[in-house]
Amino acid sequence: MSHSRLFARLLLQQNGVRSCYTASRKNLYIDKDTKVICQGFTGKQGTFHSQQAIDYGSRLVGGVSPGKGGRTHLGVPVFNSVKEAREGTGAEATVIYVPPPFAGAAIIEAIDAGMPLVVCITEGIPQQDMVKVKHKLLRQSTTRLIGPNCPGVINVSTHIYTHTHKLLRQSTTRLIGPNCPGVINPGECKIGIMPGHIHKKGRIGIGGDPFNGTNFIDCLEVFLQDPKTDGIILIGEIGGNAEENAADYLKQHNSGANAKPVVSFIAGLTAPPGRRMGHAGAIIAGGKGGAKEKIAALQQAGVVVSMSPAQLGSTMFKEFEKRKML
Amino acid sequence: MAASMASQAVARGLRGASAKYLFLDKFKCARVSSRRWLNLQEYQSKKLMQESGVTVQRFYVADNPPDALQAAKRLNAKEIVLKAQILAGGRGKGVFNSGLKGGVHLTKDPSVVGELASKMLGYSLTTKQTPKEGVEVKTVMVAEALDITRETYFAILMDRACNGPVMVGSPQGGMDIEEVADKSPELIFKEVIDIFEGVRDDQALRMAANLGFKGPLERQAADQIKRLYDLFLKVDATQVEVNPLGETPEGQVVCFDAKISFDDNAEFRQKAVFAMGDMSESDPTETEAAKWDLKYIGLDGNIACFVNGAGLAMATCDIIDLHGGKPANFLDLGGGVKEKQVYEAFKLLTADPKVEAILVNIFGGIVNCAIIANGITKACRELELKVPLVVRLEGTNVQEAKRILSESGLPIVAANDLDDAAKKAVAAITRK
Repeated sequence: MSHSRLFARLLLQQNGVRSCYTASRKNLYIDKDTKVICQGFTGKQGTFHSQQAIDYGSRLVGGVSPGKGGRTHLGVPVFNSVKEAREGTGAEATVIYVPPPFAGAAIIEAIDAGMPLVVCITEGIPQQDMVKVKHKLLRQSTTRLIGPNCPGVINVSTHIYTHTHKLLRQSTTRLIGPNCPGVINPGECKIGIMPGHIHKKGRIGIGGDPFNGTNFIDCLEVFLQDPKTDGIILIGEIGGNAEENAADYLKQHNSGANAKPVVSFIAGLTAPPGRRMGHAGAIIAGGKGGAKEKIAALQQAGVVVSMSPAQLGSTMFKEFEKRKML
Repeated sequence: MAASMASQAVARGLRGASAKYLFLDKFKCARVSSRRWLNLQEYQSKKLMQESGVTVQRFYVADNPPDALQAAKRLNAKEIVLKAQILAGGRGKGVFNSGLKGGVHLTKDPSVVGELASKMLGYSLTTKQTPKEGVEVKTVMVAEALDITRETYFAILMDRACNGPVMVGSPQGGMDIEEVADKSPELIFKEVIDIFEGVRDDQALRMAANLGFKGPLERQAADQIKRLYDLFLKVDATQVEVNPLGETPEGQVVCFDAKISFDDNAEFRQKAVFAMGDMSESDPTETEAAKWDLKYIGLDGNIACFVNGAGLAMATCDIIDLHGGKPANFLDLGGGVKEKQVYEAFKLLTADPKVEAILVNIFGGIVNCAIIANGITKACRELELKVPLVVRLEGTNVQEAKRILSESGLPIVAANDLDDAAKKAVAAITRK
């Protein structure tokens, strides 16, 4: 009986044990100097959000639109392929706004071109396509994927002051797609709610699909080890067990005197079981994946769970106060 | 008189049709759920299986009694099973408003099939899983009844923890698989499939052996397993569940029933499959919403939600509940929503008699708040809004949107953040 072998293999995959892909976690770090290209550059969404990113100060150095290479769009060059774009600009990150039928291939193209960071915004990629992407992804260590179906990444590095609270930070780099707020106010949390955001001064939206490139643990490792990160906000939703795995990880790596405060919100307490709540991965199936269990698991790991997303900022602020971190 | 094995098989096959859940948490991998999203009738699922070379009972479909009779004769079978085709389960114990008891019948006489069909087609079948008034039966399946000597369970699904397809099987088929998982987990077998490699011969044979198929049947079962996997990929299924995968006295491996769940994201390349979808047993509001590309799920409460973004939509329902209200629905407008969709969504919400207040929560990134504002004001004017409307807007073009709303003259309550909006919506109801 090959049970024990299967079991071991299962546990291996389950606990996020070091595979070569985990080596790419360091690519989650971006800053205002990170050179970004956009795949699907000349499309409607690509154009809209690239312009937003440029206005915001992101270093958008070019884009990919097969067949339109050689042109200029939004003031930067257009290339026919990711490989050409990378060679032509030295870009280290790409954001993908390609429609679902072609998005899987776009991600694979970026992996083949050795792009260190790929952020895929597209919602609606068939699961089979993403399974193939993941297969490739997990067997290499150069490329890190965030998403798909995610709002993107932001790194925040400048303080701005409001009242007497130094907690507000203005984002200066924006690889983001829709719903990018970038500001946490202790009084009123102005963040859009999407699954899998981990805030610190940066914010990574990991997306709502069942098969994605980056999970909570990937982000937690980066943030826990980053000396500039003071606190972490983790936003989750029903479906799967990523939050439970994150809780386990926190128990092991974020306990004791030096533990960083982690505040969380889990969406879907009122979601009826068996229905897919919008996101492909947001479903309570077989009695598993419910919000209550996730909240309990996180609380056991020392996470402060807020019942309202609007209070995440103030809850984090209180944690800072408690630990005299202000 | 002992019930024939065929009728036992039929009864067990029907049990498979009722909604049930399974989780194999002990293996922390496969979670099978037996709920259909894209709703296919049994005969449609079986047709898909036939097209992939999976062995199912020979069958015909009929939508009138003479055809049913013809089908029964054409089958030339020892015994025939006649099954009403509705999506809900519990057919065996259901009742027709024609007086006929049972949505599934076995008979050795083809002429009886015609008679029975005439009491099924066009009539309403009520079962434990249908609404009280039942569901109209438009088609019946006339199939060759086969005796079953052994029942096994087999499923293929896309599993997150294993990052891809997984096969799950048990020699204990034909019953509640979650009971098996609970009481005898050692009888559940699993194989992780490499998406590029497919099912290897050794995997298929091992699963067949684990399912208890012996001798020539082992190879036959392995072949069926591979074909089921081919089907799984071909139709972009997220799950194919066969219960029971049975053995007949004549030495055949047959799929007696199957439930297929489809990946909605693959609709653009599965037009034929999705065209088969039968929405007649779905909630009419949900069907209407789907027409406009709105993700809508009806809930039990009285505060309607109107939100962009699935996570935010879920959170909105949660916060309403937190502040003592009850959400009437989940509604995700999506990112690129147009004014027409806003209008239609509003129409849907206001048409629901349960709704006593509407909460609009928009955090616009791609969504332009002014479009939302225009859609809302237009809808409110035309539909004569009668319930309190609480609006919280944030994001792209919000100032313009707020101006549009305040100048509309409509009784709209503005809110600053999500908590505030939820509290106001709840208060608006209790105030009445």
